[in-house]
Amino acid sequence: MADVKKIATRESYGSALKELGAVHDDLVVFDADLAGATKTGTFQKTFPERHFDCGIAEGNMMAAAAGAAAMGLVPFVSSFAMFAAGRAFEQVRNSIGYPHLNVKIGATHGGLSVGEDGASHQCCEDFAVMRSIPGMVVMSPADAVEARAMVQAAYEHQGPVYMRFGRSAVPVIHDEDSFHFQIGKGEILREGADAAILANGLMVAEALNAAELLSAEGISVRVVDLATVKPLDEELVLDCARTCGRIVTCEEHSVIGGLGEAVCALLSEKLPTPVRRVGVQDVFGCSGPAAQVLEHYGLTAQNIAQAVKDLR
Amino acid sequence: MTADEKKRLMALACRVRMGVIEGTHSAKAGHPGGSLSAAELFTYLYFKEMKVDPEHPQWEARDRFVLSKGHTAPGLYAALALRGFFPWEELKTLRHLGSRLQGHPNMNETPGVDMSTGSLGQGISAAAGMALAAKYQGKSCRVYTLLGDGEIQEGEVWEAMMFAHHYKLDNLCVVIDNNGLQIDGNVADVMSPYPIPEKLRAFGFAVAEIDGHDFDAMEAAFTLARETKGVPFAIVMKTVKGKDVSYMENQAGWHGKAPNDEEYEQAMAELKARLAEVEAM
Repeated sequence: MADVKKIATRESYGSALKELGAVHDDLVVFDADLAGATKTGTFQKTFPERHFDCGIAEGNMMAAAAGAAAMGLVPFVSSFAMFAAGRAFEQVRNSIGYPHLNVKIGATHGGLSVGEDGASHQCCEDFAVMRSIPGMVVMSPADAVEARAMVQAAYEHQGPVYMRFGRSAVPVIHDEDSFHFQIGKGEILREGADAAILANGLMVAEALNAAELLSAEGISVRVVDLATVKPLDEELVLDCARTCGRIVTCEEHSVIGGLGEAVCALLSEKLPTPVRRVGVQDVFGCSGPAAQVLEHYGLTAQNIAQAVKDLR
Repeated sequence: MTADEKKRLMALACRVRMGVIEGTHSAKAGHPGGSLSAAELFTYLYFKEMKVDPEHPQWEARDRFVLSKGHTAPGLYAALALRGFFPWEELKTLRHLGSRLQGHPNMNETPGVDMSTGSLGQGISAAAGMALAAKYQGKSCRVYTLLGDGEIQEGEVWEAMMFAHHYKLDNLCVVIDNNGLQIDGNVADVMSPYPIPEKLRAFGFAVAEIDGHDFDAMEAAFTLARETKGVPFAIVMKTVKGKDVSYMENQAGWHGKAPNDEEYEQAMAELKARLAEVEAM
């Protein structure tokens, strides 16, 4: 795996905005003093007249973007996940979600892989709160290729969208030329019969590694990229339950309120199936290099493989 | 403005107040106090200041109004009904199940409402975002927003003020209804926002201070607002909460309480007498 290309999904977000901006002059960008980190700075360099820095004031930024959307623009609004989904939750809920305005939130630095900055900046609750808003699309890409396609799909979608991107470079697992992305559709990356691993974000690459580890032990697993947390690809999740009989969910998010609970809610009502949830176990994160922090909290291929074996 | 025009606006403001009483009485809920204090403002905006078309509420080039103090929707609805955006009779459905007239404004339900509001502090941000968008789009429309004096205790309001000045939003006009009362009592006692004009000037706004029940003063202020270039404009209007309904005037208790049948009769009698007085002028 040493020669696999690694790119942070936030990098791809910035370059995708620039690409789309060249085609659509109604695409505008709002940021809150983090353009260098969220990578909207890439857009800003080319289109300074439609990149609006709002300073460190995320609440105002969200509602101002709502106003711009009400005028017919398509604002992409960025900050760290902690502040976009956390601090500005109520502006997102009341000024964007309730009027169903066409605002796209590009939240970067989601999850534990923020690393050294520690718990105050490691948002593991954003899927939970954003999912709870009626009409909100919630997504997190596995790699740079999916991130680019997701930004395009978000632009084309009518209505509010929350996208979570990561800080750390992650392996590129999709082929740019053949990849097709659709909001609300999961993607089977590897077939298998003994269990299905449903993952999103950087946990997709870990899930593929887990499948390799399990294969060496004679266990065959299906691996699914569920980049869209909401609306959930119910058909595919139910198919995984029917075909594989056991499910492991993996996310760089609290096990409360995220992909794992969304899958459990669906299965408990429609097709009760044994599930294990790999994720952050209702604790705060801590400082450290991203890879070490992820390992410390049990978000590795080994942990996923163990969860599959625990189900057998 | 001519004496006739002023008389016409004064009569309309009386009718807006009647609409507030009709709506809140029928709803058995709602916020009459701050709706009545802003009756002249709603009247002036929809009958004198703003370019709007009731036949085409979504007209692209229209001026926008964001009711940041969304709880005073009964006043906005009364002005919209009078202006012809929907039937006057509909005011009686305020806050009823299935009504287009939600407790707080909903842009997707009510013709003429430009932004959904209700959570204090957010409307001014949305208005600033609209003004910014209009500038980028090269639209000549103007954006107006009304805030309560209690509402400006919200920190987001000052984030929006900074934003409006930073982006030189001279197409934005912020109006603050200084009726002096909020739910828990006098704004000065609950959490003083004073001095308001000085704070606005420090944030880079051009400011006019007026009597919010005086149409001549309103005309002068809105004219100055339109002529001011390079900075956003704010109008701080001194008003009486509950204005023109004797038992509601200057009573914090009438912030969010509906009149009962007896109180309704008294309020309507007082407002009809006031209307007759205006019409006889």
